[in-house]
Amino acid sequence: MKKRLVIIGNGMAPGRVLDELFEHAPDLYDVTIFNAEPRVNYDRIMLSPVLSGEKKYEEIIIHGDAWYVDHGVELLKGEKVVNIDRDAKTVTSENGVTAEYDKLIVATGSLPIVIPVPGHDLPGVLTYRDLDDVTAMLLAAKSGGKAVVIGGGLLGLEAAAGLKERGMDVTVLHLMPTLMERQLDAAAGHLLQSTLEARGIDIKTGANTAEILPQPNNKGVRAVRLEDGTEIDADLVVMAVGIRPNAQLAKDAGLKTNRGILVDPQMRTSDPDIYAVGECVEFDGKVYGLVAPLYQMAGVTARELMGDANDGFSDSALATKLKVTGVDLYSAGDFADGETREEIVLRDAANGVYKRLVLEDDKIVGVVLYGDTADGGWFFQQIKDGTDISGMRDTLIFGPAYAGGEALDPMAAVAALPDDAEICGCNGVCKGKIVGAISEKGLSSLDDVRAHTKASASCGTCTGLVEQLMSLTLGEAFDPDAVSPMCGCTDLSHDDVRRLIKAKELKTIPAVMQTLEWKSSCGCAKCRPALNYYLVCDWPDEYADDYQSRFINERAHANIQKDGTYSVVPRMWGGQTSSSELRAIADVVDKFNIPTVKVTGGQRIDMLGIKKEDLPAVWADLGKAGFVSGHAYAKGLRTVKTCVGTDWCRFGTQDSTGLGVRIEKFMWGSWTPAKVKMAVSGCPRNCAEATCKDVGVICVDSGYEIHFAGAAGLDIKGTEVLGLVKTETQALEHIVALVQMYREQGHYLERIYKWAKRIGYDEVRRQIMDDAEKRRAYFDRFVFSQKFAQVDPWSERVSGKDKHEFKPMATLSLQAAE
Amino acid sequence: MNQEADHMNAMTGNWISLGALDDIPLRGARRVVRGDLAIAVFRTGDDSVRAIEDTCPHRKGPLSQGIVHGDCVTCPLHNWVISLETGVAQGADEGSVRTFRVRVGKSAEVLLCADDLDADVKCRA
Ligand code: SRM
Ligand SMILES: Cc1cc2nc3c(=O)[nH]c(=O)nc-3n(C[C@H](O)[C@H](O)[C@H](O)COP(=O)(O)OP(=O)(O)OC[C@H]3O[C@@H](n4cnc5c(N)ncnc54)[C@H](O)[C@@H]3O)c2cc1C
Ligand code: SF4
Ligand code: FES
Repeated sequence: MKKRLVIIGNGMAPGRVLDELFEHAPDLYDVTIFNAEPRVNYDRIMLSPVLSGEKKYEEIIIHGDAWYVDHGVELLKGEKVVNIDRDAKTVTSENGVTAEYDKLIVATGSLPIVIPVPGHDLPGVLTYRDLDDVTAMLLAAKSGGKAVVIGGGLLGLEAAAGLKERGMDVTVLHLMPTLMERQLDAAAGHLLQSTLEARGIDIKTGANTAEILPQPNNKGVRAVRLEDGTEIDADLVVMAVGIRPNAQLAKDAGLKTNRGILVDPQMRTSDPDIYAVGECVEFDGKVYGLVAPLYQMAGVTARELMGDANDGFSDSALATKLKVTGVDLYSAGDFADGETREEIVLRDAANGVYKRLVLEDDKIVGVVLYGDTADGGWFFQQIKDGTDISGMRDTLIFGPAYAGGEALDPMAAVAALPDDAEICGCNGVCKGKIVGAISEKGLSSLDDVRAHTKASASCGTCTGLVEQLMSLTLGEAFDPDAVSPMCGCTDLSHDDVRRLIKAKELKTIPAVMQTLEWKSSCGCAKCRPALNYYLVCDWPDEYADDYQSRFINERAHANIQKDGTYSVVPRMWGGQTSSSELRAIADVVDKFNIPTVKVTGGQRIDMLGIKKEDLPAVWADLGKAGFVSGHAYAKGLRTVKTCVGTDWCRFGTQDSTGLGVRIEKFMWGSWTPAKVKMAVSGCPRNCAEATCKDVGVICVDSGYEIHFAGAAGLDIKGTEVLGLVKTETQALEHIVALVQMYREQGHYLERIYKWAKRIGYDEVRRQIMDDAEKRRAYFDRFVFSQKFAQVDPWSERVSGKDKHEFKPMATLSLQAAE
Repeated sequence: MNQEADHMNAMTGNWISLGALDDIPLRGARRVVRGDLAIAVFRTGDDSVRAIEDTCPHRKGPLSQGIVHGDCVTCPLHNWVISLETGVAQGADEGSVRTFRVRVGKSAEVLLCADDLDADVKCRA
């Protein structure tokens, strides 16, 4: 019979124990995991990129649900263990689930420290430890407002940078005089502070929190008061002042604990059948807060479980990096000043570079790098190896490329590393292992290397080094810019697929999937809508739109709302309307009891809360008044906003309203990779906000200045100027050609500003402004495709198309089945 | 009067006929309502039928309005993927919806198991 292994906690440390165990001895144990968090094992380190929006939760999962099934592991999510009975050898959860064990691993991680100032338990005061904390912060950030982060260490600064990214006003309160004082010396701390301040994060050092003040109704926080009486407004307070091992459960079970659970080098607790790994552990008087040593512990524990001899866990120097995009920071070893210590410092203020090496007895014992961290790994290696540096002292600070007078080649630093040099600190992966895996297993992409070696798979800061190793090993064959596949159903990128659809004349979704060897039977919700668009765009006359591959809004021609009702937005060309149109809208609202009528941000009127069954009738009435669909739901032309221009305005230089209406009437109905919004302003005062649109026009005395690639949604970006043209007709031709170019090249869901950045603004200008022939060809292709697109989808449905979409298949009476 | 409603309640043993298979678009779904209960009846790419409660376990999105792929549907509101066979949310998301037995009858009509509805009456009572 297999032995029973029970694990308490499903964090990064035990996850690694199982990886190693299953790699060598998959059938030794029946494994049961109790996890207080209601989820699978994920990369806690990467919560900051999730907070800042650079990653999604799905991307940081280490073991997905399928992994547990494949390995026969029983994962009990949301089951917090409250008791370990060492005599009966059982553990029991809060909900009463009990499991027997032969071997038990305690991996309860650590708990964030909460400073017990008055107000610490108000709603709106969060810590930073797990996904729930991130979700709560994101929720708070949605309404903007002010955040105060207490603690200027690694976690606090990552939280601050993330919340700032999400649009909050952020203040960091730090008790000590400089930031991250445990990892950085004062000089680097100051550099870091000014970088963060330049990003708009307010930093107060030497700030001692006295109290968190509630809102009058106690429903949240209002401000943080410091000991010196200063009050800082706050809608959200994040406490990131440190962690302590979560050892209470083990202590209650009678295991020996101090600050953490005491273990020997074999990771055994005072009970020989119980191991402890991770942040809950105390070893040789030390507790840990970074994954590198925890993974080392995990390796030892796995060997122990297999009964393999091993050297046991030993404490070694640690390196830290801050994961805030655009801030390069590296520290390792010990950099306190001392009588016997010397230092080498390099400052390059203009380039924002600071490097400091601390030496003792001709060896490096500490390193702090700011602004240029490329050599961090090499210095760290010298610390661990205890290399005698007396021979290369003069050039040491310039790193391996110079040390010893070697040639100055950016690759040289990596090439110079010995095989046992550590590349990935988190996972303890050395150069030799990576190079070996690349050549033996024929790995050619970063993802492959991650999957096989785990290098760069945790915090990701060594990605650059891993890529350099790949270039060194593979030479030309390695392309770091290799693009990612469209979705899990194919290895091809959007560009490849678009090119092959044209080249192989693929004209249906099944044809694409067949010819391009799709891996799933009928695609997924990511690729099907993309393929449908590419085919509509490339074969406007031949392709039969596949409605089942469109998102519901485009299938029902209205916007689905959170309660399953729909909203209806008719076109109001250029934002103009009339008494008869308004009267017709008023009548429809009354007749169908429409609960909300709202003026949209796009200069027209939205009717919200309409039942799906009523849509065709609503459209029929609107159609009688001359309205067509506003495509407020479409990856297509949305609105063309205008200002009053020469019609009325004393500053107007051209007929901006007229041009807006002309563009909208010409281009409505077209499908595009993502939505397209435009605006025309009558003068540079820009009342129609044309300079943050996908395409905008600023009218001037001498003509029409065309703008493109602006954004004002998830990102904010002013437009680029395409060029100036003299007449309205020229303006229309240029705009249409630009949009057609985007239609033909854009990736599905990629707005114009992202597409233009990808291919280069100059390239767009060259093709649209400078190359009249190209421009004309784009224009003609757009006009051709409009022949098949300018059909009002509402009137089509009023006359009976897609009837099934709008009514239930059957209505069963309540008695029917009784 | 709604033509399809004529099909309603035509009982054959414990199976209720909902209408013709062709009333459901391939890789699509239709709603069937019964009092407060809404059921989404799906027709997958390989022409099999499935029925699950039309209420996403996340925030009650109408699953019948989603995109059907393989034996799953992606919810129209926030893209959860729900298995049509088991009603269980896939990937990292957690939750499930009720499933109902459904099959295609001899004359290509869609049949829903009435017993599964009774269970509903009981559990709601
Ligand atoms: C109705 C409206 C808000 C309003 O009451 O004013 C609105 C409503 C929605 N917007 Fe918007 N946006 C509206 C103007 C805007 C504007 C302002 C504008 O157009 O000048 C913006 C910023 C400009 C821009 O697009 O860059 C805007 C940026 C977004 C974004 C972010 C897009 C981006 O790529 O950054 C989304 C999300 C998305 O598309 O993925 C979004 C998505 C949505 C959705 C479709 C959310 C959804 O998926 O359900 C909302 C549909 C509600 C509905 O059913 O009506 N809406 N949305 C506005 C309709 C304009 C119209 O007449 O068509
Ligand atoms: C935002 C953030 C950023 C970080 N960045 C870095 C970084 O850049 N580099 C780095 O090296 N490290 C970083 N760390 C630290 C790193 O994530 C941790 O060291 C590591 O995750 C600890 O692993 P663990 O398995 O010991 O514990 P954890 O991952 O904390 O897992 C413990 C688990 O046990 C569960 N649990 C607790 N008690 C019980 C119970 N009684 N019953 C059942 N389950 C229980 C908890 O719910 C939790 O899921 C970061 C941490 C955070 C929070
Ligand atoms: S209408 Fe736009 S801004 Fe408002 S909640 Fe919806 S998506 Fe967000
Ligand atoms: S309601 Fe279905 S995913 Fe949110």
